[in-house]
Amino acid sequence: MQHIKVTVDGTTYHKEVEPRTLLVHFLREDLGRVGTVVGCDTSNCGACTVLVDAVSVKSCSMLAVQADGSEITTIQGVSDGNDWHPVQSAFKECHGLQCGYCTPGMVMSSIDLLNENPNPTEAEIREGLEGNLCRCTGYHNIVKSVQRAAELMEGAKS
Amino acid sequence: MTDVVDTGTALGRPIKRKEDARLLHGQTNWTDNIQLPGTVHMAILRSPFAHAKITHLDVSGALAMPNVVAAFGAAELGDLNSSVPCVWPVTDDMVAPDFPALAKDTVHHVGDCVAVVLATDAVSAVDALEAMSVDYEPLQAVVNMESAISPGSTLVHEDKGTNTCYVYNLGGGYDEKVKEADVVVKRRFINQRLIPAFMEPRSVVAAPMGMSDEITMWTSTQIPHILRLLIALVTGIPENNLRVIAPDVGGGFGGKLQIYREEILVAQLARKLGRPVKWTETRSEDMVATHHGRDQIQDIEIAAKSDGTLVGLKVDLKANMGAYLQIITPGVPLLGMFMYPGIYKMDAYDFQCTGVFTNTTPTDAYRGAGRPESTYAIERIMDELAAELGMEPMELRRKNWIKHEEFPYTTIAGLTYDTGNYELATARALELFDYEGLRTEQKSRRDSGDRVQLGIGISTFTEMCGLAPSRTLGALKYVAGGWEHCTVRVLPTGKVEVITGTSPHGQGHETAWSQIASSILGIPVEDIEVVHSDTGRAPYGMDTYGSRSLAVGGQAIKAASERLVDKARVIAAHQLECSPEDLDYVNGVFQVKGDPEKAQPLGAVAFEAFTAHNLPDGVEPTLSAEATIDPQDFSYPHGTHLAAMEVDTETGKVTLRKYVCVDDVGVQVNPMIVEGQVHGGVAQGIAQALYEGASYDEDGQPQNANLSTYLIPSAPDLPSFITDTTCTPSTTNPLGTKGVGEAGAIASTPAIMNGIVDAIRHLGVNDVLMPATPMTVWKTIQAAKGGK
Ligand code: FES
Ligand code: FES
Repeated sequence: MQHIKVTVDGTTYHKEVEPRTLLVHFLREDLGRVGTVVGCDTSNCGACTVLVDAVSVKSCSMLAVQADGSEITTIQGVSDGNDWHPVQSAFKECHGLQCGYCTPGMVMSSIDLLNENPNPTEAEIREGLEGNLCRCTGYHNIVKSVQRAAELMEGAKS
Repeated sequence: MTDVVDTGTALGRPIKRKEDARLLHGQTNWTDNIQLPGTVHMAILRSPFAHAKITHLDVSGALAMPNVVAAFGAAELGDLNSSVPCVWPVTDDMVAPDFPALAKDTVHHVGDCVAVVLATDAVSAVDALEAMSVDYEPLQAVVNMESAISPGSTLVHEDKGTNTCYVYNLGGGYDEKVKEADVVVKRRFINQRLIPAFMEPRSVVAAPMGMSDEITMWTSTQIPHILRLLIALVTGIPENNLRVIAPDVGGGFGGKLQIYREEILVAQLARKLGRPVKWTETRSEDMVATHHGRDQIQDIEIAAKSDGTLVGLKVDLKANMGAYLQIITPGVPLLGMFMYPGIYKMDAYDFQCTGVFTNTTPTDAYRGAGRPESTYAIERIMDELAAELGMEPMELRRKNWIKHEEFPYTTIAGLTYDTGNYELATARALELFDYEGLRTEQKSRRDSGDRVQLGIGISTFTEMCGLAPSRTLGALKYVAGGWEHCTVRVLPTGKVEVITGTSPHGQGHETAWSQIASSILGIPVEDIEVVHSDTGRAPYGMDTYGSRSLAVGGQAIKAASERLVDKARVIAAHQLECSPEDLDYVNGVFQVKGDPEKAQPLGAVAFEAFTAHNLPDGVEPTLSAEATIDPQDFSYPHGTHLAAMEVDTETGKVTLRKYVCVDDVGVQVNPMIVEGQVHGGVAQGIAQALYEGASYDEDGQPQNANLSTYLIPSAPDLPSFITDTTCTPSTTNPLGTKGVGEAGAIASTPAIMNGIVDAIRHLGVNDVLMPATPMTVWKTIQAAKGGK
């Protein structure tokens, strides 16, 4: 067991973890932050994506101990309670989700993508979300959601 | 964000989904999120061999491992080792091997369950699998269907004496009719094996709840009602002591239309151990243990006159069952049987299907279930026939399809298509696609010998939705009905519950069903709660698959809502001291005709019905109404899908440049949801054409059973789609709806493949295997060149 200190969605936790525990399992099982989900065991699906120190990371591809000292934002922390982050609003407005299982990861990756590139082209959005699989939407409305989110965030700035 | 909705017009509007708030905030209740006190976690020892005798199994080593509570092989499980049922014995002499939850002495496919460990945490359970001792004696495996049915083949189930599950025949007039034909075209199409790969892995929790021996089971399923019945039947848990709940379910596509051995094991072990048992699959388990789809060899023969008039069609299928029969494994190819003639008129149709056992994961329903296979065959062979005749492929279709004035039309397969307008949908699609412009470009590229050739793929499809009239299911030997139920209740506070027997897993029923009820009750969408997927709260239902939920379930919502208004009218008339006929019902308020000041809203009626202080004689308290509707017939969505495909003739690289589809799904309740369903379906059909295919080596070892090798498309692999709709309302249900869940997946695969073949037909190619990877396309071109 190893001691780690992480801040997740604004709460700082001190925990003992097994060195082999993946970050996503730490979040779900040790902290009960079950908004972040697991879709695969080969780091392909992106469903588990969170922000670690503001950069998107597949939380199944990182050990909990590697997150020691960092600040993590999950889907449950992107907006306060029942408020809406522009990316969340845009996904609802553009019907960018169906079953919603890929959605936590899609939203987190989209936030990271828009941080890096506030005005992405369709091709840049598609490339940027390459690591996130969705089986329901065919991506059409996910692309539209990210475009819409870019508009909303641009509008919020000006 | 709330949506302000004016009531009464809720039907047909693209209302934003009620489901989205919880899904977008990570507040969803997936089965794997459920963590009850005292839970033990199950891990499964699975067979690494496709076919082997279990010569030795000792689970006791696992018991010595930390945190382990119990371990079982088939011997230890004894009577609790129930078998997985198949509910569709398609012929009287169908061969159905025993399918015990834990293999008894022989394993029949990679991933077959051999033993289980239960530990107080999931990691300890997996660790303890290593401590079990198991020896196998590998047997020869049979993977290829044609080898499996050739004499002397290795048998998947020795005791059955054959690898043929069944042979099914329909029709019989083709051989006579074909004599009148001028042209006969034969092709063999391979509809490869696919993996549903819904994004939420399967998960199940079962727990004794301490109330009258009740076991509650939460499971990631499409069919909580059917599952409850079947689990009760196979485990002996009394049905009235079993409650099945499907919490939020992350996609299904037919893959969760199943009773899985893991569900049986979890239910039995929760009962045996008297504590909650939980199991969640890893993705790698999912890829070998969740049923697969498709996997047919299709020998197709089509006959026509020289002017293109169709004479007949002959279909000879081999359908891979896999190693065992699951819930409707043998029936899936027969769901396609009716649809091989597609939208075309012809005078003869012969169908034969041979179900074949192999040492592979069992197959069953996957988005479209039999209909994508049939649509692929007919739409591909129509292009081949057009090429043979030297006709424009759309022209050949136009010549043979059922004209809009000919509906209702009984097809050669015996179905009566109620409505449709193929001309209209096609005209719109051609316009959106710029069909003529692309044909011109195709010609100029061909003339100039461009390295990148252009092909145009057509798919003018129909499908049958709304499973199903119960009598039809009975005639097909399916052991259940196809009705659907709804109860509508107005609570004393005026809030409405719509209790449905459908069970969504991404379709947005909570939103769409609210719209239907709102349009009749005049109550705002946000005041309506749709209750579903819990046999404790929604006791009657036949669940969600086969694009049935709206076409069948929607009727029940409409009927129950109307009955509720009828009951409320009697109470309101009593309160307002008039006769029921003297009341208008406007936006949720009963008004006396000619004196709208005298009025009573539905909520007030509900309160009167609740207090029951002043009800008319003979009217029972509470305000609710129910309806159970058996559909009178199927509905038949149709559409025209067009794909512009570019093929690099030197590398085999295929690019989908433009995709247009115009679908006629009848009346739409929520066009935003309809469009989303079309997108997702089209993407899955494209995935079959270009990317996906589950393969095995000759020893039955899966070659790509994880998400890094089984290529489900990601965003850069697909374009945006151009979609539109036309509307000829269905006449088989009072809402005029048809169904849309499977349409895209059924239509798009042949559109893509026809486009690829069209691009390189001049090189001598007349078929390309799916998935059309660059390597496959390149090899096909090389082979055609070599053959010239
Ligand atoms: S769970 Fe699939 S990438 Fe992390
Ligand atoms: S919405 Fe279902 S996987 Fe993306």
